[in-house]
Amino acid sequence: MTINNALRRLALVALLGAFGMRPAAAGGQDTSAVGRGVRIGLTYAPGTRPGVLILPVSGANADSVGKILGRDLDWGDRLTVTGPDSGEAPTGVMNYAAFAGTGAVALVQATVTPAGSLHVVVHDVAAARVLSVADYPLSGPPLGAEWRAAVHRGSDEIERAITNTRGIASTRALFERGGQLWIIDSDGAMAHPMAGCEGALSPAWSPNGRSIAYDELANTGHHTIVVRDVLSGTVKRFATSHTLNITPTFSPDGNTIVFAAGNDGTDLYSVPAAGGASPTRIMVGQGTTNTNPTFSPDGRRIAFTSGRLAHPEVYIMDADGTNADLLTNKAFGDQLYRTAPDWSPDGRTVAFQSQISGVFQIMTIDVRDRNVVGLTSEGRNEEPSWAPDGRHLLFTSTRSGAKQLWILDVESGRLRQLTHGGSARMGAWSPRLDAVK
Amino acid sequence: MFASRRSIAAIALTLVAVSACKKKPAPVPPPTPAPVVAPAPAPRVNQDSIDAARRAADAAAARSAADAEARRRAAELETVRNALATKVYFDLDKDDIRDDSKATLDAKAGVLGANANVRLRIAGHTDERGSDAYNLALGQRRAASIQRYLVARGVNASRFETVSFGKERPAMSGSDEGAWSKNRRGEFEIIAGNDNLRMPK
Repeated sequence: MTINNALRRLALVALLGAFGMRPAAAGGQDTSAVGRGVRIGLTYAPGTRPGVLILPVSGANADSVGKILGRDLDWGDRLTVTGPDSGEAPTGVMNYAAFAGTGAVALVQATVTPAGSLHVVVHDVAAARVLSVADYPLSGPPLGAEWRAAVHRGSDEIERAITNTRGIASTRALFERGGQLWIIDSDGAMAHPMAGCEGALSPAWSPNGRSIAYDELANTGHHTIVVRDVLSGTVKRFATSHTLNITPTFSPDGNTIVFAAGNDGTDLYSVPAAGGASPTRIMVGQGTTNTNPTFSPDGRRIAFTSGRLAHPEVYIMDADGTNADLLTNKAFGDQLYRTAPDWSPDGRTVAFQSQISGVFQIMTIDVRDRNVVGLTSEGRNEEPSWAPDGRHLLFTSTRSGAKQLWILDVESGRLRQLTHGGSARMGAWSPRLDAVK
Repeated sequence: MFASRRSIAAIALTLVAVSACKKKPAPVPPPTPAPVVAPAPAPRVNQDSIDAARRAADAAAARSAADAEARRRAAELETVRNALATKVYFDLDKDDIRDDSKATLDAKAGVLGANANVRLRIAGHTDERGSDAYNLALGQRRAASIQRYLVARGVNASRFETVSFGKERPAMSGSDEGAWSKNRRGEFEIIAGNDNLRMPK
């Protein structure tokens, strides 16, 4: 019996999962309430991972669809996933009572329709009702990039229906491998080099995901900022009078690119992303090194690395270059080296790398109270990049022996390896890619 | 070689002389005909051969002198190019010119002084320990530091281009001081005026 098997497994997973979780806040809290008292989704205690059962999927490539949905929801780190089991997809009226008391707060019923759409129904077990119904057209060849993107979008909306927070399965990451720029899906599939991006370093996404920017290192040693349209491949190039133009980042409105440039010391420059104007200097480093700008989500401030105190530290300044203030002002011990800041999407923290006993580790610092949290300790860990959910961090780690990209859920501490094969670094997590479908 | 040519010539002349004698009446047979006719042209042929040999020898000597000059010139070019190309090394996270680099850079300043058309690209490199971006800036500072030193030795700043590869092009792989110390370096490439390089006087 398919359903019975699924129920047994779900109960087991829910039980095991409970041990790995942090204790729920006493009395719980309704995190599903959204503005004006309107309630959608389920009620559950924060820090827990409510159980979700994926029922057997029906239709073409059902196994692949089921596997991808299950993996996506698991890697979202907000749900305890069971299924799908092999077996027949349920039909007819849902018998919610059969799932009561199993730990499954939600059921996912997915079907690939003859017309080639992924039809997803999410059920609320306790309320014995349908939470959401949605269709995702599966375009392109089965298991191809577009097909997978549609399934991932389905996963993200399932997560939203159950937790009120949209998942991040339908995002991608850029990274550097062997002098080339590569792109990879959030689940590790479809890794491939992007044509025409040789010599690319420090990739960054535009806020709508339609463009990327990077430092292009030519064989002569010249560094140029390249802005590339992801779909058309057309490029714009920006450079100051200096040969060194590095670490570009987009402003949150996508209109401006800020980067570092200079010769004997580097300053921060700003240039319109659309082109048509020369870069203007917004921050004068007076011969010190200043790199790695990253905007606050409201666009008002920029965090960056500066060597103005003779060793690299992370600073915050206003977006016009004034009021620079040392952010990493704590005593970190004798290894004075902190860099590669990435401002979190919720604006509260900045992730960065800090040397501990001569080896880089990933940390976050609270922008307001300056509270520092160390997140890694195994191997050399660098170049943190936030996922759009503000909860997962992509970074480069040597913990497997070679440099590879890893993903950390900063809330649970759960870790997974994203890239395999040739050494990979400089990961940049994409924003939501709705505009690039 | 010469000996055998000479004998062939002598025999040929003797045969010509013999056939010429047959056409004319010979009332009085000459007492000693052959020895007088045959030896006369022989010294002339020898002289030509000797001249040719001398010319060949002269040419060979000239060639050899040219070869020697070319070798000397190549060695000089090699010396000059080496002087320009010799790398300099840096201390960890520093862009200061080390004392043991000064003679190397002084030699470059001398070569640049003697070769006004030469332009150099100075590329700064770092070891692998710092961050990618910060190392690019550090490499650039090292290139700028080298340029500053050479300008202070009287070379015009416009004759340099400074670039940085950070830690992107290590000279030696490995994660120990042996490799790191070889990777914290400044490299030099001639980007103009590579022809007709001269030694400084």
